[in-house]
Amino acid sequence: MSDAAAAVQHHGPPQGFLRKYVFSLDHKVIGKQYYGLALVAVFTGMFLSWLMRFHLVWPNAAIPGLQWLSRVGAPGGVMTPEYYLSLLTMHGTLMVFFVLTNAPFAAFGNYFLPIQIGAEDMAFPRFNMMSFWTTFAAFLALMTAFFIPDGPPISGWTAYAPLSAVGPDAGPGLGWGQNCWAISIALFCVASLLGSLNFIATTLDLRAKGMTLMRMPICTWAWFITSCIALLAFAVLLPACLLLILDRIAGTSFFIPAGLVVSDRLQPHAGGSPLLWQHLFWFFGHPEVYIAILPAMGIVSHILINSMRKPLLSHKVVIGSMLSIGFLSYMVWGHHMFLSGMNPFSALVFSFPTLIITIPATVLTLIWLGSLYGSNLQITTASLFSLGFISMFVSGGVSGFFLAQPSIDIYLHATYFVVGHFHLVMGVAAIFGIFAGTYFWFPKMTGRMMNETLGKIHFWFTFVGAYCIFMPFHYLGLAGNVRRYSSFVDDFMAPLMPVHKFITIAALFTGAVQLVFLFNLIYSRFKGAPAPDNPWNATSLEWTIPSPPPWDNFGGKHPVVYHDPYQYGVEGASADFIMQTSPEKLPEKS
Amino acid sequence: MGKIFAVTLALIAILSAVPIVMNYWGPPEDISTHGHAIDEQMKDTMYEAGFSFLAAQFILGLFIWQYTGRKTGDKLKTFPGGAKGLVIAALVLVGTEILALGVIGQKAWASVYFAAPDKDAMTIQSQAGQFAFYFRYAGPDGKFGGMHPDKIDEGNQNFFGLDPENDVDARDDVISGELGVPVNRQVNLLLHSKDVGHSFYVRELRIQQDYVPGLDLAVHFTATKPGRYEIVCTQLCGLGHYNMKAYLNVMSQEDFDKWLKEKSGQ
Amino acid sequence: MRTKQMLAALLMLLICPGLMFAGTVSGKVTYTGTPAKPKPIDMSKEPSCAKEHATPVTTETVVTGANNALGNVVVYISTGAPDEGQVPPQAVTFEQKGCQYIPHVLTMHTGQELKVVNNDQTSHNIHPLAKTNREWNKSQPPGTPPISEKYDKEEFIPVKCNVHPWMHGYFAVLKTSHVDVSKDDGGFKLPNLPPGKYTITAWHESYGTKTADVTITGNETKDVNFSFTAKPY
Repeated sequence: MSDAAAAVQHHGPPQGFLRKYVFSLDHKVIGKQYYGLALVAVFTGMFLSWLMRFHLVWPNAAIPGLQWLSRVGAPGGVMTPEYYLSLLTMHGTLMVFFVLTNAPFAAFGNYFLPIQIGAEDMAFPRFNMMSFWTTFAAFLALMTAFFIPDGPPISGWTAYAPLSAVGPDAGPGLGWGQNCWAISIALFCVASLLGSLNFIATTLDLRAKGMTLMRMPICTWAWFITSCIALLAFAVLLPACLLLILDRIAGTSFFIPAGLVVSDRLQPHAGGSPLLWQHLFWFFGHPEVYIAILPAMGIVSHILINSMRKPLLSHKVVIGSMLSIGFLSYMVWGHHMFLSGMNPFSALVFSFPTLIITIPATVLTLIWLGSLYGSNLQITTASLFSLGFISMFVSGGVSGFFLAQPSIDIYLHATYFVVGHFHLVMGVAAIFGIFAGTYFWFPKMTGRMMNETLGKIHFWFTFVGAYCIFMPFHYLGLAGNVRRYSSFVDDFMAPLMPVHKFITIAALFTGAVQLVFLFNLIYSRFKGAPAPDNPWNATSLEWTIPSPPPWDNFGGKHPVVYHDPYQYGVEGASADFIMQTSPEKLPEKS
Repeated sequence: MGKIFAVTLALIAILSAVPIVMNYWGPPEDISTHGHAIDEQMKDTMYEAGFSFLAAQFILGLFIWQYTGRKTGDKLKTFPGGAKGLVIAALVLVGTEILALGVIGQKAWASVYFAAPDKDAMTIQSQAGQFAFYFRYAGPDGKFGGMHPDKIDEGNQNFFGLDPENDVDARDDVISGELGVPVNRQVNLLLHSKDVGHSFYVRELRIQQDYVPGLDLAVHFTATKPGRYEIVCTQLCGLGHYNMKAYLNVMSQEDFDKWLKEKSGQ
Repeated sequence: MRTKQMLAALLMLLICPGLMFAGTVSGKVTYTGTPAKPKPIDMSKEPSCAKEHATPVTTETVVTGANNALGNVVVYISTGAPDEGQVPPQAVTFEQKGCQYIPHVLTMHTGQELKVVNNDQTSHNIHPLAKTNREWNKSQPPGTPPISEKYDKEEFIPVKCNVHPWMHGYFAVLKTSHVDVSKDDGGFKLPNLPPGKYTITAWHESYGTKTADVTITGNETKDVNFSFTAKPY
C-alpha cells in the first residue's frame, strides 16, 4: 500500500536472453511461461483422451502408430488394458494439476494480479521464478513416466492406496511409473505453496495508494481466495505424497494394512490404513476443485461486467459468496468417500455442507443472471465464452444435487454420471474461463488483437461440442455405466455402445476444433492487428498501461486509485466508463 | 449473434432433457426391498435439478436475447429487488431444497446403513481380489474357517487362504465364483479384500459398497426377484478392473438348496 | 595326406560313440499316499471361456493317472548335461486357450525364445513371478501378435494371469534341452545321451524335487523311477 512496501524485493530491468525469457523474475514472463506449460499439458491431455475414447468404442482396433508410442502398452497398435489406465492417470493428472491449476490461477494470476493492484512485481520475484521452475520440474518428472518400460502408473489421478503403494506386484506402471507420479506431485505441491504464499503477500502488501481491498477487481479477489485455499490444500497433499513415497521405497506402512496378498505374494507391510490416504487426498482434492473454478469465476465476472457495460448487482455479495465457497470447500471432502467404509453417520455430516455449498454457488449464478438483466451486452469472443461458462457451470452444478446425497450416491458413485458432473463443472467451465481470459487479455499480453472470426468459430463448435460430449455421460451414469473401464465387457453395457460412439465422435471433432484456437493464438501473436492500450474500454489498472506493458508495469510511476473497480454506465459521467485511476469525481446520485 | 446464442441454449436445454424425460437409458428395474426409497429420492432430485437446469438456461438465453445489441443510448436497468432479493431467493429456494432432499432423503441412506441385519439373515462372505470375486458359504456347521493370507493358493482354488488340514471349520466351507442367494431372504454380505481396494456394485440391487483392505465391512440386502444379475467392480483396482465381475444368481429356496448342495459336492 | 586321414579316423572315433551308442533314460513318476482331488474351476466370470468347455475344467496342480502315476513332473539332467550353452534356435510356445495354459508346465532352455500366444476372445495378462530372472507383467489383448521373451537364468517360474486368477502354470527354464515332462501315465523319456555320469532331477510344483544318479556306458536304456509323497490338502 505504502510506497515503501512497493519497493520490497525491487529488481532492475532484465539483462540478456536467459534473464529476459528463461530465468526471468518478471511476473509477466512467468505468467506466460505458466500459460505455455498449461498449453503443452492441455494438448497432451486432450490427445490422450482421444486415444482413450477411440479405444473405448473400438477396443480391438489397432491405432496406427500407437505401438511406436509404447511397444509394451500397445502391441501391434492395440491398446492393452493397463495402457488405457496409464493414459487415464496421465490425462487426469495433467488436466487437474498442470492445466486447471496452472492456467486460470498461476498463469493469469501471475500476469494480472500485480498489475490490477498497481504493483510493479510480485512480493518475492525469486520465489516466483522458483515456483515456475519447480512446476516445470514436476512436469518433466511426470512425463518421464511415459519413457519407463512398463509405462505410466495405472492407479488413476487419485492414486488410491494400497494399489499405488504396494509397488509393481499390483500391476504394470506401479513401479517407477508410480514413483515418477508421486515425485512429480510432491514437487508440484512445493511450487504451489511458494506460489500461493507469494500471491497472498503481494495482495496484502503491494496494493497501490487508494487500492483498498474492496476496490480490488473480482478476479484479483478470486486469485487471492484461491491462494488461501491452495496454501492449506497443497500443504496436506505434500506430506501425503511424501508418506506414499516412503511406503513405496522405504518399506513403511502408512497406507498398507497387514495380510495383503498381491500377485500371490504376501506383502511385507502391516498396520497402515488405505482410508488415511483417501482422507488426506480428498482433503486436498475437494478444495482443488475450487482452486480450478474460483479463478474462472473471477475472470468471467471481470469480463462479463465489461461486456455488459454495467457492474454486477453487488460486488460484496460476489466476494462474500466466493469466500464462503472457499471456506466450505474444506468441510465436504468426505462426499468422495460415502461408500468407502467410513462410519455411515459421517456420510450425513459430509452431505450437509455439500448441499449447503450450493447456496453460495446459486447466489453467484443468480447475480450473474440478474446483472444481465437490463444490461447493454456486447458480444465478443471473450463474452461468449463467459456466458458459455455460466451455462456450463449450471449444467455441471445441478448434477451435484444428486451426488451430494449419499443415498443416491449408492447408485451413481463411480459411474459416468460423476465423470459428466466433474468434467462439466470443473473441466469445461474452468477451461471456458481460460478461453475467455485469453481472448480478453491477449491484446494486453502481446500488444496484438486476436482474430474475432476465428474466435467465434472456435466458440460455437466448442460450446455445442462440449455439450455433445459431456451431457450423454450423465445418461450413461443413470444406466449404471461404470467409469475407468478400458472396455465394456459387461452384458448390460452393450446397449449403451451407440451413446459411447456418439461421444467419441463428438470428442474427436471438438478436439480438432481446438487447433483453430492454437492457430489463432500463434497467428495473432505475429500477424494480429496492433492492440491499443484499452481495446475493451475497461476500467481496471491493467488497461491504463501500454500493451504489452513495460518490464516494471507502470514505468516507474506509482498509480493512485480513486474508484471502485467497475464504474460502468455511471449516469452523468463523461463516458460510459470511469477508469480506476481517473481523478474524475463521480456525479452525485440524485 | 445474441439471438442465435439464446436459441442454441434453449435447444441444448430441451435436447438434454429429452432422454431423461423419455427414460431412454434409465436405471434397471429395482429388485431389492430398500431400492424404492433410493429411486424415489432420485426422482425427486431429478425434478428439482431438472427444473433448476431448464430455468437457468432459459433465463440466461432470454436475457442474452433481450439485452444484446441495444443502442448505446438505451438506459441500463437494475434487476428488480437487486442483489438482496436474489440472495434471499437463493436462501429460500435452495434452502428448502436442501431441507427436503438432505433431511427427508436421509431415510433412504438409513434404510441401508443404519438398520442392523435381521437375526436370521444368511451370512455370506465375499472376497475381492485382482480381478475376481469369490463367495464363501459356511457349510453345514454354520462356521467359517479362519483365513490365513499365507495359505492363499489360487492355482489350487484356495482363494480365501483356508487351512483344512488343521482347521475343521474350514473343511465344509463352500466356495463359489457366483453369488447364489435365495429370493426374499435377507443376505448379510461380509466384504473382505485380498489385495487392493475393490467395490461391489449390483445396479438392480441398488447396492454399491467398497472393499477396503484391512477393514472388513458388511452390507445387507434382500433380493425380491429371481434371475441372473451382474456384479461389477467399481473401484479402480488395476489392469483387469474392467473385466472384474461375477454373477448374482437369485433363486427360489429349493433351487438355492440344490445349487448349494451341488457346489459343496465338488 | 596320410596324417590327414589318420586324424579324420581319430575324430570319427571320438564323435561316434555319442551318435551310435546314444543311451536313453526312461521311467515312470508315481506318488504314494492320497493326493488332493482336482477341484473344478468356476469360469462363470468369463463367459467366452466357460462356453469352450463342455465339462468343467479342473485344477492342474496335481495331475494323476492310473496306478498312482503322477503327471506334470519335469524330469531333466541337472548335472553333466552335454548341451549346456547350446540354445535351440526354435521357439517354444505357451498358449492361452479357454482360459487355461497349454501346456501347464512349459520347459525351455536358457536364452531360448519363448512365444506367448493368446487364442481367446478376451484379454489375458501374463505375469511370470520370476525371482532370479527379470520379472515382467504384460497384457495381451485378443488378436495381438505373440509376446516374445527369453530368460537368462535357470529357474522354475510360476506364471499367473491376474485377470483370471485360476490360470496358473510354470516355466521351467533349464540349462539343458534333455528334459521331459511326465505324461498322465507318469512316463518320461530322455533320449540321445552320450556315455557319462548324470544327475537326473524330477521336479513337481507342489511336491518338491527328487534326484537320481545314472551312468550311461553305451547304447542302452536305463530305467529310473521317481516317487513323491502326496499331500491330502
